[in-house]
Amino acid sequence: MAAIGSMTASANGWAMKRGFGPVAILFWILLALLPMLELVTDDPSFDYYMFMGQSMLIYAIAVLGLNLLIGFNGQISLGHSAFFALGAYTAAIMMTFAGWPFWATLPIAAAVCFGAGFLFGFPALKLEGHYLALATFTLAIAVPQLLKYKPIAPWTGGVGGVLLEKPEPPEWLGLSVDQYLYYLCLIVAMLMFWLVFNLLRSRSGLAMMAIRDHTMAAGTMGVDTSMYKTVTFGISAAITGVAGSLSAITIAYVAPDSFTLQLAISFLVGLVVGGLASLPGCLIGGAFIVLVQNSAQSISDWMKTSFALRYDVPAWAIYGVLLLLLMYVMPTGVMGGITVLRHKIAGRRSTRVNAPSPTVVRPGKTAGETTPAA
Amino acid sequence: MIGRRQAIAAGAATLLARPALAQKKNPPGVTDTEIKIGQTMPYSGNASAYGVNGRSHAAYFRMINDQGGINGRKINLISLDDGYSPPKTVELARQLVERDQVLFLFAPLGTQCNTAIHKYMNQKKVPQLFVATGASKWGDPKHFPWTMGWQPDYRTEGVIYAKHILQTVKEPKIAILRQNDDMGADYVEGFRETVHGFKGALGGDASKLIVADATYEVTDPTVDSQILQLKNSGANVFYNVTTPKFAAQAIKKAAEIGWKPTHYIVNVAASIGNVIKPAGFDASQGIITAQYVKDATDPRWFTEPDYKEWRAWTEKYSPTAVPGDTTTTTGYAAAFSIVQVLKQCGDDLSRENVMRQAANLHDVHVPMLLPGIKLNTSPTDFYPIDSVMLSRVEGEHWSLFGDLISGRA
Repeated sequence: MAAIGSMTASANGWAMKRGFGPVAILFWILLALLPMLELVTDDPSFDYYMFMGQSMLIYAIAVLGLNLLIGFNGQISLGHSAFFALGAYTAAIMMTFAGWPFWATLPIAAAVCFGAGFLFGFPALKLEGHYLALATFTLAIAVPQLLKYKPIAPWTGGVGGVLLEKPEPPEWLGLSVDQYLYYLCLIVAMLMFWLVFNLLRSRSGLAMMAIRDHTMAAGTMGVDTSMYKTVTFGISAAITGVAGSLSAITIAYVAPDSFTLQLAISFLVGLVVGGLASLPGCLIGGAFIVLVQNSAQSISDWMKTSFALRYDVPAWAIYGVLLLLLMYVMPTGVMGGITVLRHKIAGRRSTRVNAPSPTVVRPGKTAGETTPAA
Repeated sequence: MIGRRQAIAAGAATLLARPALAQKKNPPGVTDTEIKIGQTMPYSGNASAYGVNGRSHAAYFRMINDQGGINGRKINLISLDDGYSPPKTVELARQLVERDQVLFLFAPLGTQCNTAIHKYMNQKKVPQLFVATGASKWGDPKHFPWTMGWQPDYRTEGVIYAKHILQTVKEPKIAILRQNDDMGADYVEGFRETVHGFKGALGGDASKLIVADATYEVTDPTVDSQILQLKNSGANVFYNVTTPKFAAQAIKKAAEIGWKPTHYIVNVAASIGNVIKPAGFDASQGIITAQYVKDATDPRWFTEPDYKEWRAWTEKYSPTAVPGDTTTTTGYAAAFSIVQVLKQCGDDLSRENVMRQAANLHDVHVPMLLPGIKLNTSPTDFYPIDSVMLSRVEGEHWSLFGDLISGRA
């Protein structure tokens, strides 16, 4: 777990100092202008690209939730697919049985997931590092099965899931359904990133990061470590839950098979690829989750046809190789890599304002003990 | 008079036909040399064993293309891996329809995956043809005129087993083992309703006929404990709703502990090569199932012309296929069916006409289906195959008995 401390080191300074600086604002404006490209292109698959954009933003929000927990608070979770599922089903059930409008389900999903995450945070307090990872792992495994559980099947639809109506955009907006949903995802994403950005700059954020870097020292300084850890778990779950409900709204269908362990792992992969403890890294992670699986398949097809192979090249093996290459070239994720590059070009060292202190392994102690929470 | 009327009609026909010729605008996915169709398939993930379906389809189309294609057009199948995850299916279906502009989706696999794109395909008016799932909801032309199933549905199959049990077993006490997913639910639902309805009509307590109902997850390592539990219920009928790996385990375990009920396994698991042989022929004697395709390991078919063609095809185009894997056979038959639809379309390869022809199949003989089973559809009947035959394990093969049964009628 000490690895997390050192991996965040380079990415963190950039994220915190410039997170919502002019570059970030320009970037968000660009994202907001993307649907307007429809005016200049006559690509028939434009709506499909908008749909891809929705997926990327949704995964970016989920990764953001996970990042708050792992990157900024040093607690590991392999079970965030569970909160994603909880958010999705909350939205689906409220829309179907209570007839709520889609946007109103988002705060409810956040509240439900906050509650679930906060409660799960309590037993999690007793567990650290690998043990916490295993405990959260059970969540990811249990949830798809629990969703099929007979007594709650009237609400969850059991194995069949719940079909939803896609929201129709108001006519005066003049947008297509996919553009409308893209803006919905974008606005929610901006809100979430803004909230997290402010949270991290506040005293609470400092406390979170202090706990990550050295729990005992943070406790000595007067930080209520248990409270911060459980609340961080809750907030992290809430953000991922919001992503889940957005996913239910844009896919218009929820089913147990959508929320497998694979999903939890892909959040983690997105997080590490984007860069731990980096806010822009979350967006890169979201895009990675959507794009790289597809490109792995394209590469597999391309290899098969261009080398006239007799057998298929397994797409997931290619995915693995891509991931290995990326981790080799940029061990601290894409944002970490960019930061390193910037520093090399600028020829100066990072000032590391909010970065965790480098991990020191003292004689007679393991790395895990020196940085207990990270 | 008649001559004149005919002349006018002919004239009108040519007038009407002319703009169509003049436009010569190809429908999506179709050129003069190619028909592009799409598919989603679980090549990875929990259900990756079913990926053989997609490989068989691709191999069949390779053969058709080598023979010159359909009316000079080659079939280009874009088959994408959705890992059995519904959101991924939505994404890929949209990619295929909107970006790749396929003519239609052929045999996307999985009930949840197809449910996720059901509405979308019908809104977009793109055919979702011969979906590879046995759920009963695919034959609903009134609400979903762009979606059609292919295989006999699980519900109907469940009804057939229930009827057979009630007719042949005295004082049945039924134990059910089922996979905890949509397939298991569908199979058991039809079965349970029939059992309850039957006993209810006699005035007895219907719910007592089913004495045990155990489930397992597709990720479980074994079903040993479930089998012990079912045996202890004192059941004399075992309704085995499993996928191949678990079916083999269940048969083996039941034999090990000396439980000898009247044993029914569902068609999904009725494979000599993948289930009966690994479980052991001794342990499997008398097991009953319902079938619609020929068992490729049964020497009785070896002399039939359609078997010989199928055999030649596997050797040339699908060398990695396992002979006893029924998926290779069903995949072959499904691909044959879609080629038949495309042939019937002639040169009008619009999506409307593809759907019209898919709903216009009359007594189509499909290779590797059991004798007497033919494809039949109409604008109100979207169930291409709706009859099966019961068969039981005798020696090392399935032995058919009884007549063709249609559960729908």
